[in-house]
Amino acid sequence: MAETAASPAAAKTPADKNLAARVSPARQLAEAFAAGSLAGAVEIAEVPFLTMVGLRADAGSDAAARLAGVTGGLPAQCGGVVGNGDTSVLWLGPSEFLVVAPTEAHESLGGDLIQALRDALGGDAGQVVDLSANRTTFELTGPRARAVLEKGCSLDLHPRVFKAGTAFSTEIANIPAVLWKTGEESFRIFPRASFAEFLGRWLLDAMREYASPEVP
Amino acid sequence: MLLIPCPNCGPRDETEFHYGGQAHVPYPENPNELSDTEWSRYLFYRENPKGIFAERWVHSTGCRQWFNMLRDTVSYDIQAIYPMGTPRPDSSSRATPATGTASTAPDSTTTGTAGPSTSTTSTLTTTAPEGATK
Repeated sequence: MAETAASPAAAKTPADKNLAARVSPARQLAEAFAAGSLAGAVEIAEVPFLTMVGLRADAGSDAAARLAGVTGGLPAQCGGVVGNGDTSVLWLGPSEFLVVAPTEAHESLGGDLIQALRDALGGDAGQVVDLSANRTTFELTGPRARAVLEKGCSLDLHPRVFKAGTAFSTEIANIPAVLWKTGEESFRIFPRASFAEFLGRWLLDAMREYASPEVP
Repeated sequence: MLLIPCPNCGPRDETEFHYGGQAHVPYPENPNELSDTEWSRYLFYRENPKGIFAERWVHSTGCRQWFNMLRDTVSYDIQAIYPMGTPRPDSSSRATPATGTASTAPDSTTTGTAGPSTSTTSTLTTTAPEGATK
């Protein structure tokens, strides 16, 4: 930190250097995502390096209550998402949750979220695991986003059933992924890193038809 | 494809689940006291009923929880979903699996030594699973 103050032109903290050296799982698709996105129809982008933490704690236990105190609550049932500012907790199972937070919350960049969760769990039965490198994030937005997802996801994605602010662990294009509806026309998809290229290309293919004029 | 009602997540496609085989197969009280035949009975021998079958499933791409299911192996009708560790609920055709195969058709491949009742069947068939032991 001291050397950055000495040379403001460089302005590189160790955290910045750490981030600059990382390659996200779908980095090689960035140009294809930009080319395949259609403003006003459906757009896709990767949101790299979100901080993700896997939590396991039995509902109703003291540990769960302490973890809820850090995250601002734990969702109680399938589909539930509890948000607290820019940190959200997704329900994955009756005693399993996924915390999604901005990149800066990671301890390698000076964040204290994961350590706070570890301290909250203490020595009780449960888990706090840094899963930031486990999954990457795709953001699919636009009026056609639901139609694109419906080609490969068997959940009922109609807005009367799938409300904004819910998330489900399911299958998209036959691979396991978490699908989180963040807004009326915006979805976040969390595929595992090893599936990122496959799912990215599958989504691009599914989006392609909306580039051509509609055939009456 | 089956539409399986997960007790935590609601109805989902069968592809989200994995099969765990027959339910209610108890681990032997004293495995060391079993003969090889009895041990092989515990490990490998399962019911194959024509009709209602109690089996385990896990929602592997959803909530990752195990549960039990009563399923009709003929019609694929799912009759009951119940938690792990609870006894099998009564069903109308409860007698079917108890007698092994209910089929009297000549093409039935099962021979009649039905069920996982290791103590009775193993004494009768000590020579049968020779290939399974060493």
